[in-house]
Amino acid sequence: MKTNTQAKAGKVIWLIVEYISLIFFSFVAVIPVVSCVITAFKTDTEYQTTNVMTLPESWLNFENFITAFQKANMGRGFMNSAIILVSVLLLSTFIGTQLAYVLNRFKFFGNGIIRSLFLFASQLPGVAMQVALYEIMYKMHMINSLIGYIILMCGTDIISIYIYIQFFENIDYSLDESAIVDGANYFTIFYRILLPLLKPAIVTSCILKGVGTYNEYYSANLYLQDKTTLNTVATSLYTFVGPLGSKYNLICAGVIISLLPALIVFITCQKQIYSGLTQGAVKG
Amino acid sequence: MANTKTVTKPKRTFTEWLRSRDGQKALVMLAFMVLPLLLLFVFTYLPFGEMFGFSFYKMKYIGERKFVGLKNYEKVFSRDDCFGALKLSLYYMLGSVVQLAIALYLATILSFKVRGGDLFKGLMFFPFLINGIAIGFIFKFFYTRGFVFDTVLQWCGFQLDNLPYWLRDQRINNFSLVGTSVWRYFGQNMVLFIGAIMSVDAELYEAATLDGANRFQQFKYIILPSIKTIVTLNVILSITGSLSAFEPPYVITDGANGTGTYFVVMHQIAHVQQKVGLASAMAIVLLVIIFVVTILQKLFFKYVFKNAEDEDPNAARKRDKKIARIAAKRGGARA
Repeated sequence: MKTNTQAKAGKVIWLIVEYISLIFFSFVAVIPVVSCVITAFKTDTEYQTTNVMTLPESWLNFENFITAFQKANMGRGFMNSAIILVSVLLLSTFIGTQLAYVLNRFKFFGNGIIRSLFLFASQLPGVAMQVALYEIMYKMHMINSLIGYIILMCGTDIISIYIYIQFFENIDYSLDESAIVDGANYFTIFYRILLPLLKPAIVTSCILKGVGTYNEYYSANLYLQDKTTLNTVATSLYTFVGPLGSKYNLICAGVIISLLPALIVFITCQKQIYSGLTQGAVKG
Repeated sequence: MANTKTVTKPKRTFTEWLRSRDGQKALVMLAFMVLPLLLLFVFTYLPFGEMFGFSFYKMKYIGERKFVGLKNYEKVFSRDDCFGALKLSLYYMLGSVVQLAIALYLATILSFKVRGGDLFKGLMFFPFLINGIAIGFIFKFFYTRGFVFDTVLQWCGFQLDNLPYWLRDQRINNFSLVGTSVWRYFGQNMVLFIGAIMSVDAELYEAATLDGANRFQQFKYIILPSIKTIVTLNVILSITGSLSAFEPPYVITDGANGTGTYFVVMHQIAHVQQKVGLASAMAIVLLVIIFVVTILQKLFFKYVFKNAEDEDPNAARKRDKKIARIAAKRGGARA
């Protein structure tokens, strides 16, 4: 009897500890963002006179958002980001699924080598590679060129290749064989039969790749130097470095605008983002 | 005549071969692999080779180059701001240990039924999806004197006068930066761990609960063994990741006040001072170090696992493959 109540008490204490931990770490995770939201709604005088964590007088003061949007030329940024996003997703989906198809369906000398080449490439830290890549991009006239940047972003994308290969592994090979018997060639098999089946994997990897591309700023800053016409959403935030650097109500508004698309994608595609990340980690 | 004959004959067989299964196979392989391999070559292996070459020259991106032999490498080791910057990696290593521990703890909690679990998970994961520049601004704001962090600490009863300047004070600013990295990635680590824990058969937990095992025992005997692989992998990744730490100082302090990690210094030397040769040598040196460290760690874990349990070699091989694969995915995600 006694041990029973003790166990119960232990359970309750553990439950309390659990919830306190969850609430604490959620608080830690949201507070930097929440403080930004609060500040973004403040007028200049309000920002200067009140504490940062004091709530704004009006939650309908969108002035900062409008000013930030215009000052940082974010309309242009959204357009460029959209062009980049669509092109990169289309191209890399084609490239990735085709490569995965060959690597998964055909046994040939060099299959393992190619996989290792991609694997090794993914281990190299990107920042280090840019030292020499900059010179190559320069020679290919791909600096200050949207197309150049798009091509760069399509290169070596090991994550989606792995997601596709894994998905192919689960598509029965007898499907290919019966199509071959019916006289279909490999291109038909790939485009008509396998690609439609691959849709869930394509969606998953597009979401991951999409978020990554949208958030990319290092190469964008390096290779899209003309910030007035070639800014992406992320790099348009660089406008706030310098003279505007202390107007945090404006900066916070810009920051919030820039992360809205990611937030929307996250809320709508939460499950896919989680499963995309854990795929491969779970299925051995 | 003889000439045309020798040319046409293999040509005919070539078109025949093209129509055959083997030919079709070769054609589709060629068509599907040319582009990805070309991209891989141009954007990874070519710069890799170029960089190796650059490291022996004194040069800018444009203009003349002068061969200097191993001088750049000597500089990497003799200049205080180059090799010495690797010391900062220790902060980031410490940070990733903390990060992994937090992630593991929260993943254990969330893998059981918890009210509002999805909401908590979402809130903690979201920082992973914020772009780097936004993160830079958010934390410049967060750490400014008297702003967010100081206010929160004052709620907890701290006096503002006793608080340091989080980004300026050299005793503390690297911890502040590491904190942002932990903030950004613990939720993502947690999601990975939850995925691994969920892959364990649910019946195991039920059986354990029926047998009267408490949470701690369940963690030790069921959860931990099942996620050994992914934890190992994360330890490996966090050490190499610490050596190449870049983003927090780059976007928040720009390497000022003693926060310049190795890569931040390298970035400035390459793209601001345009000492491309020296920067290349720095990159090569760090790549070699990372390579060596990775191999040493793999050997170490192999040794540890072998001693811990005499598992059959097949499973070990499977695990190694898995680790390599996940490593690739994660590496790609970070890059």
